[in-house]
Amino acid sequence: MIVVWTPVCRFTDLLAERGVAALVGDAQVAVFRLHDDGLRAIGNRDPVSGAHVLSRGVVGTRGDRPVVASPMHKQAYDLDTGECLDADARVPVFPIRVRGGVVEVGTA
Amino acid sequence: MRLVVVGNGMVGQRLIEALAARDTEGRWSVTVLAEEHRRAYDRVRLSAYFEGATAEELTLAPAGVPSGTDIRLGEPALSVDRAARVVRTAAGAYPYDALVLATGSFPFVPPVPGRDARGCFVYRTLDDLEALRSYASGRSSGIVVGGGLLGLEAANALRLLGLRTSVVEFAPHLMPMQLDAAGGAMLRRRISELGIAVHTGTAVTALATDGERLRVDTAGDLALDTDLVVFAAGVRPRDDLARAAGLAVAERGGILVDDALRTSDPAVYAVGECAAVEGRCYGLVAPGYAMADVVVDRLLGGTACFGGADTSTKLKLLGVDVASFGQTAGALDVVYADPANGLYAKLALTDDAGTLLGGILVGDATAYGTLRAAVGGPVPGKLADFLSAGAPDVALPGHAQVCSCNNVTKDAVLAAIGDGCGDVPAVKACTRAGTTCGSCVPLLKSLLAEAGVAQSTALCEHFAYSRQELFDLVRVRGIRTFSALVSGYGRGRGCDICKPTVASILASLGNGHVLDGEQAALQDTNDHFLANIQRDGTYSVVPRIPGGEITPERLIVIGEVARDFGLYTKITGGQRIDLLGARVEQLPDIWRRLVAAGFESGHAYGKALRTVKSCVGSTWCRYGVQDSVGLAVALELRYRGLRAPHKIKSAVSGCARECAEARSKDFGIIATEQGWNLYVGGNGGFRPRHADLFLSDVDTDTLVRTVDRFLMYYIRTADRLQRTAAWIESLDGGLDHLRAVIVDDSLGLCADLDEAMARHVASHTDEWRDVLEDPVKLRRFVSFVNAPSTPDPSISFGSERGQPVPLGMPS
Repeated sequence: MIVVWTPVCRFTDLLAERGVAALVGDAQVAVFRLHDDGLRAIGNRDPVSGAHVLSRGVVGTRGDRPVVASPMHKQAYDLDTGECLDADARVPVFPIRVRGGVVEVGTA
Repeated sequence: MRLVVVGNGMVGQRLIEALAARDTEGRWSVTVLAEEHRRAYDRVRLSAYFEGATAEELTLAPAGVPSGTDIRLGEPALSVDRAARVVRTAAGAYPYDALVLATGSFPFVPPVPGRDARGCFVYRTLDDLEALRSYASGRSSGIVVGGGLLGLEAANALRLLGLRTSVVEFAPHLMPMQLDAAGGAMLRRRISELGIAVHTGTAVTALATDGERLRVDTAGDLALDTDLVVFAAGVRPRDDLARAAGLAVAERGGILVDDALRTSDPAVYAVGECAAVEGRCYGLVAPGYAMADVVVDRLLGGTACFGGADTSTKLKLLGVDVASFGQTAGALDVVYADPANGLYAKLALTDDAGTLLGGILVGDATAYGTLRAAVGGPVPGKLADFLSAGAPDVALPGHAQVCSCNNVTKDAVLAAIGDGCGDVPAVKACTRAGTTCGSCVPLLKSLLAEAGVAQSTALCEHFAYSRQELFDLVRVRGIRTFSALVSGYGRGRGCDICKPTVASILASLGNGHVLDGEQAALQDTNDHFLANIQRDGTYSVVPRIPGGEITPERLIVIGEVARDFGLYTKITGGQRIDLLGARVEQLPDIWRRLVAAGFESGHAYGKALRTVKSCVGSTWCRYGVQDSVGLAVALELRYRGLRAPHKIKSAVSGCARECAEARSKDFGIIATEQGWNLYVGGNGGFRPRHADLFLSDVDTDTLVRTVDRFLMYYIRTADRLQRTAAWIESLDGGLDHLRAVIVDDSLGLCADLDEAMARHVASHTDEWRDVLEDPVKLRRFVSFVNAPSTPDPSISFGSERGQPVPLGMPS
């Protein structure tokens, strides 16, 4: 499988423990910078409400898992797996990396 | 079908409320014919009227009339034509399919000569109390005939009116229906300490007028001289209407009903004090409520029966706790008496001491809830523990009745807890337990704790502290960031509960702009974008319009902005204007226009002061007595931007007509001829609640100082997302505690609270203007980090009534 990497912003554009939305091809992706400067990318669409808002949620942890809470109705999504911890739902997870200070999101 | 209810006392009111709640299909349309000119009020607490409670505060119908109910006040039923099924009043005729008689009772006045003399009163209605009050003015002494429940209530009323008070009771001791001789003696001792003279075993034989004074003669040669006499020697059922209609009545009075509360005419029911259930009348409210519930069930096709009622009583008479429950004498009575502390307790047991039959408590009734619920079973715990002050820790059986007013068992409470009721208000709402006399609330708390429901005050998995504890930690230790707080006092990296809470605490303590530095990451989306998120991911914009007052020029600017950005426009309930459908990247452009026209953030997105509504007040209104708009504007500007545990709403009305609906607000102000009345703890929403009177007739400075302290104390001590009403309810001592702290400064906090508010007022800046002037903050208002001005392609609008509305939410 070939991964196509799309640059979306500089690493320093990101706030720790907050997200931004990025357009990657046709996909809306929510990009998060964690407390330890690790990066995660999941689909931006909140499957419960249908609105593209997950990038605007509060980032934190549940147990040891990094999560974002949907700003619409507060369901938590595991940023590693895309699994919703409070409802029967799941969002896609995207590969993400930093190259030369630039954040890149991967799509297949 | 048509239901006519005759009487709007406590039981009649309970009936129409219960019917409104259960008759979800609207099968019954209800007409209530009430003799009094007021809606149902709390007759149990009548003497509170002389402690400053208003008639309005005693009302049992704060929320108004249930829909489908027509209440006709001051229109007593005159006759019932059972053949035609019509009730007649002076004003008209009311046909019925079912009729409920809830006519209550009338005061019993012993047939002694002179009982109609000037200066003689009864004690039953608010009108009786008003007559009593106006007569008592300028006089110095009063005698109550009757030393039972009602008589001692009346004695309290006379005492509160400043009269030297005596009580004359025919029986050998006080409260003969509830207490034994020793309990009555202890009560007498406590009451005498208050300066009330008690004459028991004394029959009144005659009253004689002596100029302005009255002389009360008794069988024991005692003659008492007094200004006035109140007869409170019991009540008799009002069955005259039923008698005239040919319904069967009991031998000793009362409308005869079966256990379904049906009279001798199956279309006619009787409930409350006027009903003689299988011959027996009940003079307490709890059995009346149980009867009302049975009739409602029957009206809706059910088969409920009245199975007799618990006549247990617990009350505070003249500041003394008195309780009696079950049988007050058994084969084996265990007694504890402590005259030094004015305590008396007696438990009635079966001869093997194995079963509790009932008991009496005087001076300390803490154990009442536990003991009453245990009647019929073994004494729950060590006998001796109950016979001194306080309530020991014990387990109750499941069938034990926790709330006797509403007949709720321990099992029912546990079931509600199991269904997710996590605190006392939730249990109350779900089961009705604790909603009448409130004496079982401590028991509800301990059941919640026993059930292991997180009465833990931990905020979330990241902090073992309550919001109040976190507030104090942050304030006292001078912590300025979430990271410092969570690494020092918590675990993990926080969540959508603790982060916005800490953000709010930091903001309340004045840590600069809510989007400064690390604080930005703590805010939930509304505070992060300073706008309210909507279902499609767009936001709404609400500029501040203090007091609801706006110039035509500014109104035009709002219209132009809405038009130019294609925003749906709606007037809010808080007298401002909501502009909906703004995309994230449009927000700065919208606010640039609004700020240029002099608008600032309305904080509709924040847990903060929202609006201070007002009516036009004395400036324009021919009824207004104060400048309500001026005060509302001043208050809104004073408290704007103040972050709190929950949103805060307020209103100012310029006269008692209350057009601004101030009593539905967290703090509401109503103008009086002399100044302002302050009400606190109101809200609309899921559980509407009227605010309680807190201060009367104060000047503007006193008012503002008190509101300053009220808000700051709330901010410091309330739980997360706890509105002021629930907060006041949760304070140990409620409104009295609040008054002690912020009016009498009992905790020595006031200077600190005043200073905190002064800092808030001095440091205010407009959040939106600050953002527009800060390129770093502005950079966050983009749709996509790599396509900052490309609109979210999933957002689209249709049109409804000429305005844009969200369309095509992808499923």
